[in-house]
Amino acid sequence: MLRDITLGQYYPGNSPVHKLDPRVKLFGALVYIVSLFVFRGILGFLLATVFLIFVIKICQVPFRFMVKGLKAIVILMAFTAVFNLFLTPGEHVLFHYGIFTITMEGVKNAAFMLIRLTYLIVGTSVMTLTTTPNQLTDGLEKALKPLSKIGVPVHAVSMMMSIALRFIPILIEETDIIMKAQMARGANFEEGSLIVRAKNMIPLLVPLFISAFRRADDLAMAMEARCYEGGEGRTKMRPLKYQGLDYGAYVLLLAYLGGIIFLRFFIV
Amino acid sequence: MSIILNNVSFTYGEGTAYEMQALKNVTLKIDDGEFIGIIGHTGSGKSTLIQHLNGLMKAVSGEIYFNGRDIYEEDFDLRELRTRVGLVFQYPEHQLFETTVFNDVCFGPMNQGFDKNEAGLRAFEALRMAGVPEKLYYQPPFDLSGGQKRRVAIAGVLAMKPEVLILDEPTAGLDPKGRDEILDLIAGMHKSKKMTVILVSHSMEDVAKYVQRIIVMDEGQVFLDGAPREVFKYYKELEKIGLCAPEVTYLMEDLKARGMAIDGDATTVEEAKQSILKLFQ
Repeated sequence: MLRDITLGQYYPGNSPVHKLDPRVKLFGALVYIVSLFVFRGILGFLLATVFLIFVIKICQVPFRFMVKGLKAIVILMAFTAVFNLFLTPGEHVLFHYGIFTITMEGVKNAAFMLIRLTYLIVGTSVMTLTTTPNQLTDGLEKALKPLSKIGVPVHAVSMMMSIALRFIPILIEETDIIMKAQMARGANFEEGSLIVRAKNMIPLLVPLFISAFRRADDLAMAMEARCYEGGEGRTKMRPLKYQGLDYGAYVLLLAYLGGIIFLRFFIV
Repeated sequence: MSIILNNVSFTYGEGTAYEMQALKNVTLKIDDGEFIGIIGHTGSGKSTLIQHLNGLMKAVSGEIYFNGRDIYEEDFDLRELRTRVGLVFQYPEHQLFETTVFNDVCFGPMNQGFDKNEAGLRAFEALRMAGVPEKLYYQPPFDLSGGQKRRVAIAGVLAMKPEVLILDEPTAGLDPKGRDEILDLIAGMHKSKKMTVILVSHSMEDVAKYVQRIIVMDEGQVFLDGAPREVFKYYKELEKIGLCAPEVTYLMEDLKARGMAIDGDATTVEEAKQSILKLFQ
């Protein structure tokens, strides 16, 4: 039951997308998000769609994994659609009743907003499904390295991130075990009013917090025992290095971004 | 009164990239009052199997009958089943959460719907049975030693007065003395309360010394099922699946191979001693 959390779950594979440098994929996700909010009109939309389908095809992750993340934002999407539909002023009124007015522009806005949000989730899912969390933080660390010159603790932050990510599955498993253990003692997590249910969580949360602190303690001790003392002068076992594939991907991404901008400003 | 598993299969992460079949067509009958040891390599499906016995996990296919009733029937009360089939997880001390030892042991009976007095009575009884010293009853469980915490956690399950008691590696991480104490405690309960006990363990010595029947699991299937001396006869096959027989079995086999006329199916040190002594009489 607790294993069904997709966003940020790696799907093992051997596709070109899997092999890309994480920095390229981070940059790619960023470019794609920007492009989604730059495009206007049908041509830009088509280009964004074609690009997305192309990437999905070559990354060899089953499509249903990509759309899993959408479930989490269904409510947000519904709200966005409704607000856009009713609150966009415009000239072509399609429907009017009391305070409710639907305009042609509203329909268009709502549709594009829905598409944007869907593409946003699917597009970023491509990145998280093809990159392990560790690669991702590695990529972030390297990409943000210049910031350490102005005093941003890039290494510490990325270390904290990778530890946090590393512990998510462990804590999920631990939650599962403790939940079952308390259920074996007759605990009931599924029934009752909100207050009763919140109270019933105590037997789950107390052991979970204790174990999280114990693990944190153990980990800190183990890191100190291995003489860890932060990022200064620390080298990597697998340093990130761009390959030919990565340069190709950069060219493709820039071409895509250029295309989107061109469509926005020169063809309506 | 019995638990029957008919063709039970279970798959983890069905329909994902991490699909793994943990149980394959397991068929078993567990009778009243038995003392069973389940052994197997890590990942052989032991823990998955025992979580099916009290309905915490639902089989993908197959049926489980508790006292003749299918536990997957719509109107079957799984919460009641869990109080009758008590399950003590691995490292049970990690599940303690209450402010005092006593309150923690009351948790089970309170969930069963007993009032404070009855729950308290059961908690007292269970704590005494589990051998927790009285001066610890009103201390925070987190201040206790590892072995004491484990006793408290076991008492937490005993307080529900289960008919079947399942323990998943109850001796993991304990020193030899703590290990023997816990195992003696479990064996004592089987004897005095006529409880059905299922003990999951890595240690062949422990299992051979206490249980009447051994179920060997391998890759989600029942590999061997029988009395200890029967099962340990297949020590060569056991080695192939990453297990081994108790030390004495090897000693006796070795002695036999060197031409001593002893019956070599002793599974405990005591039995081995008897049969060697017999030779010199």
